[in-house]
Amino acid sequence: MTDALAARLLMGLSLAFHIVFAAAGIAMPLFMVIAEWRYRRTGETVWLSLAKAWSKGAAVLFAVGAVGGTVLSFELGLLWPGFMQFSGSIIGVPFSLEGFAFFTEAIFLGIYLYGWERVSPRLHLGAGVIVAVSGAVSGLLVLMVNGWQHAPAGFEVANGQAVNINPFAAMFNPAWPHIALHMSIAAYQTIAAAMMGIHGIMLLRDRSNLFHRKAFAFALTATLITGVLQPLAGDFSAKQVAQLQPAKLAAMEGQFKTEQGAPLRIGGIPNPNTQETPLAIEIPGLLSWLAFGDTGATVIGLEAFPRADWPPVLLVHLAFQIMVGSAFVMLGVAGLGAVLAWRRRRLPDSRWYLWLAALAAPFGLLALETGWVVTELGRQPWIIQDIMRTLDAVTPMTNLGVPLVSFALIYVALAVITVWVLTYQVLHSPRIAPGHAPAA
Amino acid sequence: MNTLLFDLPSLVAGSIMVAMTFYALLGGADFGSGVWDLLASGPRARQQRELIAHAIGPIWEANHVWLIAAIVILFTGFPLAFAEISTALFIPLMLMLVGIVARGSAFVFRAYGSQTDSVRQVYGTVFAIASVVTPIFLGIIVGSISSGRIVVVDGAVRTDFFDAWLGAFPFAMGALTLCLFALLAAVYLAIEADSAHDEALREDFRRRALIAAIVTGGVAWISLFFIRQDAPVLYAGFVERPWTLATVGLSMVLGVGTIAALLKRRFYVARLTVVLQVICVMWTWAFAQYPYLVLPNLTIQQAAGPEITLQIAVVALVAGGLILFPSLFLLYRVFKGRKVFALIDAPAGNQTGARGA
Ligand code: HDD
Ligand code: HEM
Ligand code: HEM
Repeated sequence: MTDALAARLLMGLSLAFHIVFAAAGIAMPLFMVIAEWRYRRTGETVWLSLAKAWSKGAAVLFAVGAVGGTVLSFELGLLWPGFMQFSGSIIGVPFSLEGFAFFTEAIFLGIYLYGWERVSPRLHLGAGVIVAVSGAVSGLLVLMVNGWQHAPAGFEVANGQAVNINPFAAMFNPAWPHIALHMSIAAYQTIAAAMMGIHGIMLLRDRSNLFHRKAFAFALTATLITGVLQPLAGDFSAKQVAQLQPAKLAAMEGQFKTEQGAPLRIGGIPNPNTQETPLAIEIPGLLSWLAFGDTGATVIGLEAFPRADWPPVLLVHLAFQIMVGSAFVMLGVAGLGAVLAWRRRRLPDSRWYLWLAALAAPFGLLALETGWVVTELGRQPWIIQDIMRTLDAVTPMTNLGVPLVSFALIYVALAVITVWVLTYQVLHSPRIAPGHAPAA
Repeated sequence: MNTLLFDLPSLVAGSIMVAMTFYALLGGADFGSGVWDLLASGPRARQQRELIAHAIGPIWEANHVWLIAAIVILFTGFPLAFAEISTALFIPLMLMLVGIVARGSAFVFRAYGSQTDSVRQVYGTVFAIASVVTPIFLGIIVGSISSGRIVVVDGAVRTDFFDAWLGAFPFAMGALTLCLFALLAAVYLAIEADSAHDEALREDFRRRALIAAIVTGGVAWISLFFIRQDAPVLYAGFVERPWTLATVGLSMVLGVGTIAALLKRRFYVARLTVVLQVICVMWTWAFAQYPYLVLPNLTIQQAAGPEITLQIAVVALVAGGLILFPSLFLLYRVFKGRKVFALIDAPAGNQTGARGA
């Protein structure tokens, strides 16, 4: 393995690890604040139990996310000094602002987690709201950096140096809106789907526990809402990618030839050597319509780009298919739950449906990870689209296999322990009898 | 150029120093607490560990962000320096990261995971060992930046990845950092035990603080010896500015003051002197190194990014600070009680714990 490949794998691995915790850091605070708010409004203690239980989970996820994020901020320089030297002063501003978002998040999370008995209810709820907002804002800020890698803006290049820098133009780069929207929804959706599965499994063990019934109903609703919004946001993303990064779109769709009225390919195995995508179900004109709103529009194929500038077509295409497929799995299951709930006027708690919900749960994570594979691999070979190649940014350090293997082992260990700790928490969640009267 | 700092790049560099100072005083003490967790002993070992967990639980994540703040300001304001440092010090930085990850995650796993003693003990051990290792590497990194081994030629660093940090001075700095953090923690923990009205525990940490203060003094003397040999440019910086010798002297006086205050059980005074001592050491150092960001030849001016970025960064720092400091104030008030910002001990009698000897 070359050192550059090891660096890429290490970066990708660290980000793939971090993003799970980041999604939790965005979504969990919102969910626990909603639960606490309902408790304060209705006095139903089950909501208080939920807020406390979720906040315990959030505490663990947040801490692991924080240390993983620290690794990332150093890795940007450790692995990609060329990138940081070039772009630090262009996109450093959102990173610095993010520092403050982290501060507020960490400070008020401390107050939220350890302050149940120490601060007034109003301040406690307010602290939760601040955590939820600053979590979402952290995501939006770091995505400014990522968006800039896809659609660099706010500078000119002279003699290999960036000049005429405009940090605001860099922050509000053309790729940011769609990435920020789609990723933010993804965070809530991923966590909602996972919660739906966890509480569904617990209901399979004990269907009368009000704690898990409320939680399941909540998670199902959240999965449904985000599940409807996400394909719309995804469609917006695809339209933006078609404009900004045509090579990426071509790779996503396995589109080798530049074509009018291009078909949408479902499935299929793109083969860069034959420049064909066999085994796909093709729906004529649909890709042109999805990308440009016109079934006859021209979609640029990979043939328009030098071979050296192609992203890894097979991986990008497959990852894209998996993400979109996962979206429809989650939407289908949550939609079915809504229909059942509406027809039976009660929580859809038949065994088969709970099983289905449990099986749908991992698809959020799957879509989250594959979506990032699409985005990041689809940008290759560029670390900054059309400006700097990934290989030109990598550190001169050798033996990068060593940190790669070490961090891989660390992440595996952390993942296993985190799951174990969370399982312990879930198994020790409270039992609240159905007839439990709300507190006076 | 030599003395005044009011140009933009120096202002931004100064704000990195401010963040690092807070990191040392707050985050550093959290690491130091981990050291005392590792060294917990005697009949009250368990209570010592519980006090530590209780003391840092609500605040360590916020304290940790100071490091991230320093890093992001560094790469925003001085991208060249960030690239050079991360290249030349790749190995110690990676090792420090491993320590950071192990410390933080072990701490929460212990707090929120399964409650069987054997499992908690494993987490506790990892937490404690990582708390010792991480400050050592932090010190090595800072020491390397100042020891004049990171040579930048034509905007690129020249390194074999070892020569920049394998040296007596960086390692002496690693040891000094560890000792200072442990000293800070012991003093803070004595106050913490005092507020919990646990005199026995308070005495445990008072004794530990005294030992740490003496060891720190010794290590500081030894590292002074290495500066001259192993970090000649930094040494020249000291010699060129006679007043830095005065501040070095001041930090020694403060060290003695800490010991005296501890002997007299004036814990808040001890905290004040030890905090001033850390500030004194760090800033004397920064001024001795000025105007260089990375010794021997990368100055703040050379490494600085474009003016517009620095301007926005300063505005962002000020605006962020307006949110940050009140929030931090609230956090410490909630968890550390009314007297959290006391500078000296209230007169005896007015107070429950710390009576005069
Ligand atoms: C719960 C997660 C999830 C779900 C259900 C979906 N996505 Fe997605 N997708 C992501 C999670 C995600 C992501 C991981 O969050 C990405 C990576 C970067 C980004 O902005 O979002 C992403 C990227 C991404 C991109 C690339 C954006 C870019 O490179 O700039 C496109 C075109 C889509 N998605 C399209 C869709 C469509 C059409 C979907 C449904 C029909 C869909 N996504 C469902
Ligand atoms: C958290 C979600 C993210 C995931 C899962 C993710 C995933 C990946 C993957 C898989 C790679 C390896 C691609 C390759 O080299 O073949 C990569 C590379 C990289 N990503 Fe991301 N990414 C994420 C977000 C970000 C963000 C927010 C940034 C910037 C702030 C970023 C910056 C980079 C950089 C600098 C590289 C290395 C250079 C390159 O390969 O182009 N990523 N990422
Ligand atoms: C190169 C890319 C990234 C870097 C350098 C980075 C850096 C960090 C750091 C340093 C932290 C710890 C903050 C603390 O101590 O409290 C963190 C946490 C967080 N990050 Fe990232 N991050 C990256 C990618 C992302 C992405 C893509 C998202 C989501 C869109 C994200 C969202 C968050 C959130 C919400 C948190 C706080 C919650 C938590 O700690 O779990 N980050 N990140």
